[in-house]
This record gives sequence, C-alpha cells and structure tokens, in this order.
Amino acid sequence: MDFTWFHRFGSPPHVYRLAGMLTPWFAWPALVLIVAGLYGGLVLAPPDYQQGDGFRIIYVHAPSAWLSLMIYSMMATAAAVGLIWRMKVAHAAAAACAPIGAWFTVATLATGMLWGKPMWGTYWAWDPRLTAELVLLFLYLGYMGLRAAIEDPQRADRASAVLAIVGVINVPIIRYSVEWWNSIHQAPSVMKMGKPSITGDMLAPLLMMFLGFTLYFVAVMLVRLRAEVLRRERTARWVEEVVAT
Amino acid sequence: MNEFLSMGGYAEFVWPAVILTVGIVVWNAFTARRAHVAALEEARRRVAVRSTEAS
Repeated sequence: MDFTWFHRFGSPPHVYRLAGMLTPWFAWPALVLIVAGLYGGLVLAPPDYQQGDGFRIIYVHAPSAWLSLMIYSMMATAAAVGLIWRMKVAHAAAAACAPIGAWFTVATLATGMLWGKPMWGTYWAWDPRLTAELVLLFLYLGYMGLRAAIEDPQRADRASAVLAIVGVINVPIIRYSVEWWNSIHQAPSVMKMGKPSITGDMLAPLLMMFLGFTLYFVAVMLVRLRAEVLRRERTARWVEEVVAT
Repeated sequence: MNEFLSMGGYAEFVWPAVILTVGIVVWNAFTARRAHVAALEEARRRVAVRSTEAS
C-alpha cells in the first residue's frame, strides 16, 4: 500500500499550507449556516407546546454540547496518533483543539444552566450528565495546564497526550448518561436511533447549527494549527519562505 | 418586534444564552487569528535576526 499521503500529513510545511488553503472553505459556509440557523431557530421555528419560547436555548446549547464532545474525541485521537506514530503535527493538532473545546464546554454548561432555571427550577443539579460535562471542562483545563507546565515540548506532548487519551472515557459517559442513569436531563431528540422526535421546522435550523458549528470548529482549529506548527518549526528552513511572502 | 424580544417571558434566559454563545464563537475566531499573526511575527523577527547575524 502507498502511504505517502500519510507521511505528507506528517510534514509541517505541507500541513501549514494545506490548512491555510482549506480554512475559508470551512469558515464561510459555517458563517452562513450559523446565521441562517439562528434566524430559523429564534424567529421562524414555532414555540414549543410545553416550554414555550424557552426551548429556543436548544439552538445554542445542543450544538455547543456536540462540539464539546466531538472536539474532545478529535483531540484524544490526534494525541493518540502523535503518541503511537511520533507525529509532531498530530500533537500540534491536539493542542489546537483544546482551547476551543474548553470554550464550548463553558457554553454548554452556561446555556444549560440558563435553560435549567426556568424549566427545572434550578441552575445546577449534581446530575450524572451535568457532573460529567463539568468533568469534561476540568479535563480540557488539565490538558492545557499540563502542557503549559512542562517546558520541554516533546515531554509536554507525551504527558498531555496520555491525559487526553485516559480522559476520553468521559465522552461515552456523557453521551449515554441519560440512558444509563435516572438523569434529570431530557433524552436526545435528534442524536438518537430512529426518527428525530422533533418537528421539521424546529429540526431544520437545529441541523444547520450542528453543521455550522462543526465547520466553524474545523476552520478555527486549522488557524490554531497553523499558529502551533509555526511556533514549533520556527528554526526550520521552510518558515523563512513563508515569512518572506 | 417587542414580542420577539420578550421571548414569551423567557427573555432573561434565552438572550443571555444566545449572546454568550455567539460571543464565544466570535472570541475563538479572534484569538485563533491573533495566535497565528503572533506566530508569524515571531518567525519574522527570528529570520531577521538570523540574516543580520549571517551578514
């Protein structure tokens, strides 16, 4: 089998240029989808028969929650690739994921609390899903803290990768918490087997938000990856060419 | 318009949630760009120092 494509992904100048080329292709569709999704969700969608207009928080909460989990999975995968194949670019990708994931975990928790107050009567409960999402935030912060605390970049890569991989156990715990335990959190309406239990005019903007947030994440991650690669490769020859242009 | 802003009585919960999330979206795009620009400038400085050392 020909693995040259795989090796090219290990080449920093190649990754740097490719990331730069791809960014606008993710960023612009993301912007359009997020604007359209917000308009559809906040203006066009009908109020919920039980939750009234309060349900509209789902349009920012669910896509943030999706990102918080998806980014962690990607970060752990990249860290594992970096650890197993000693691929520096993979470690850089994992490092690029962390701050974005942490921010969207904050968004998930905060928007969830703002929904919980009127619907459950409380901002916070030590419920399995809520607690596990809070643990996710600590995992992100721990990952970033560990990287910042170790001066040698290679040791920082390896140590933080181990933390990221161990922490991935938390992802299925969050995902299935509402099925495994008696959670106060409602069961999924869209991300489940079978047909979504939500009407079309509510669903369409939500799907736009999911897709828009995913594309947005890729765009932001690519920009962060470029910064990360540049910082690591600052003594390399190819950086001179990049800087000269 | 007022009806839209009042969110059926849920304004104090819906709007902070929306504004916070949009804020985080904008902030992450901004900081990512800032990190890239900073890395470029740092690389530029190094290259400049190296070329003056060489000459």
